[in-house]
Amino acid sequence: MVAATAGRPPRRRGRLARREAIECYLFMGLALMGFLTFQAGPIGASAYLSLTDYKLLGAPNFLGLGNFGRMLADPLFWQSLRVTVSYAVVTVPAQLALGLVVALLMNQSVKGIAVFRTIYYLPAVITGVAVAVLWRWILNPEFGVVNAVLSYIGITGPKWLSDPQWALRSLMLMSLWSVGGSMVLNLAALQGIPTELYEAVEIDGGGMWTKFTHITTAMISPVLFFNLVTGIIGTFQEFTRVYVMTRGGPVNSTLFYGLYLYQNAFAYLDMGYASSLAWTLLLIILALTLVVFRTSRLWVYYEGSAERA
Amino acid sequence: MTTLPLPHSRRQVQAGRLGRKRAGLLGRALIYTLLIVGAGVLLIPFFWMVSTSLKEQWDAYQFPPVWVPNPPQWQNYPMALTLAPFHVYFANTVRIVAFTVVGTLLSSSLAAYAFARLRAPGRDSVFLVLLATMMLPYAITMVPVFMLFNALGWVNSYKPLIVPAFFGNVYYIFLLRQFFLTIPRELEQAARIDGCNSFRIYWNIMLPLSLPALATVSIFQFMDSWNDFLGPLIYLRDEPLRTIAVGLAYFVGSNRVGPQMHLMMAASFVALLPELILFFFAQRLFIQGIVFTGVKG
Repeated sequence: MVAATAGRPPRRRGRLARREAIECYLFMGLALMGFLTFQAGPIGASAYLSLTDYKLLGAPNFLGLGNFGRMLADPLFWQSLRVTVSYAVVTVPAQLALGLVVALLMNQSVKGIAVFRTIYYLPAVITGVAVAVLWRWILNPEFGVVNAVLSYIGITGPKWLSDPQWALRSLMLMSLWSVGGSMVLNLAALQGIPTELYEAVEIDGGGMWTKFTHITTAMISPVLFFNLVTGIIGTFQEFTRVYVMTRGGPVNSTLFYGLYLYQNAFAYLDMGYASSLAWTLLLIILALTLVVFRTSRLWVYYEGSAERA
Repeated sequence: MTTLPLPHSRRQVQAGRLGRKRAGLLGRALIYTLLIVGAGVLLIPFFWMVSTSLKEQWDAYQFPPVWVPNPPQWQNYPMALTLAPFHVYFANTVRIVAFTVVGTLLSSSLAAYAFARLRAPGRDSVFLVLLATMMLPYAITMVPVFMLFNALGWVNSYKPLIVPAFFGNVYYIFLLRQFFLTIPRELEQAARIDGCNSFRIYWNIMLPLSLPALATVSIFQFMDSWNDFLGPLIYLRDEPLRTIAVGLAYFVGSNRVGPQMHLMMAASFVALLPELILFFFAQRLFIQGIVFTGVKG
């Protein structure tokens, strides 16, 4: 960039560059104001609030790290962590694996594949309250379609969302419905793999399995990595679905972290404590992301960076 | 990493397909069977929603279920929409969505142009800081932003839901910047020589050349605002202000409704309809947008 303008006389370049810089910041103006008002300012405020007992009415009292001590002794905090982690441990890998299998199927050259791609992708795009309402009905123990289908093959289905043993499993099951999101990313990655690589394996006498383990998995590992990180972060912010479907019940068996945080902030108006929960959430996300990044060197392959690794 | 520059992605897809050998007859039969079974399972929820929405109340609560209602009860739809003021909720939601789409398109594309084309000291550091906020959980800023809007007296109005959209969205800034970078510079240089200023170049050259990316941003923002639940839940108190998402959620727990699942499903289906229509008409843009920001990460 610098080299391109090097030939011009220095004074003219300086004036033009200054003008361009001013324009640059003018164009960014709205976004910068937004950043200061809705991000930077609130981040600072939230950090302060997390050290206070602020309850919306009245002034905040400084507690130091009191909220974090309270958290350690708060059984619901631990419950929400347990729920969120067990959900993530099951659904994130399950989504990754299933998404890859579906993408491999979609990557075959058979007729009508575009129609299937639309059908598989649809549930990943359609989200929100209407879907949550629909799934409550689907999982209805007496009249829902899942237990109806199970009854045809002689199984009496569980009580799903109203059974503390099954409520979280129900949500896990439901998450597989939107496997299309992971599929689309995997599919794009699969279609980006140069065919020469597969041909090279064929020349060396390798079969399907060698191709899959040596070429496919290596070439799409960055996408799997991306899905893993966003999947974990997403689980910790799960809210709408749980709010509409279970409100965290029965007996807190689906009390996701995001829901517990919301309840503290806007149901109990315990905004100081909610802020400290939010900062703990950030620390958890950062720690998990760091772990994934650190270990990614072992299994993620980036084309063109092979020498460095 | 696999790169899929937006304008070329289709060509690469085709190249990938041509390079692959056709599966054998048995293989194809297996693939079709798996795909069809999977598609059936994925479509049952939608079928169940439409089927229930057309049943008589009595038939909705049968076990084993009535799969195809006969005759279909079309009057469930007008009934559902008047049971709660859903037409009001719809109008409210459309208004919010329209404002946020316009706001985000303007503010995000302006910033994206600066990050893609205009040079300034510190620009790239600013960009990195903005990108870092994508990692930040919404919960961190939720409470102070609420306090801010509360202090401004904006709670129980649409302002907290609309105004932030006019101040840029990092995700869309990133998406548009990546797209702008793929546009050749020659056009702009020619315009610059003809005396165009930066705003004219942005408005008359960059934006018209970026319609697919702008459409993707509009669609994502549409879906986001249409489905937003937490925002309206926090900020809207009065019933006539409610959006479709919040209205539907209240509908679930309301004893004014009772066991009328046929009407619930009719209302839910109507709430999903704009998304379904948008998806079928603009599927390619969805996929491109997701792949573009996702794979390039």
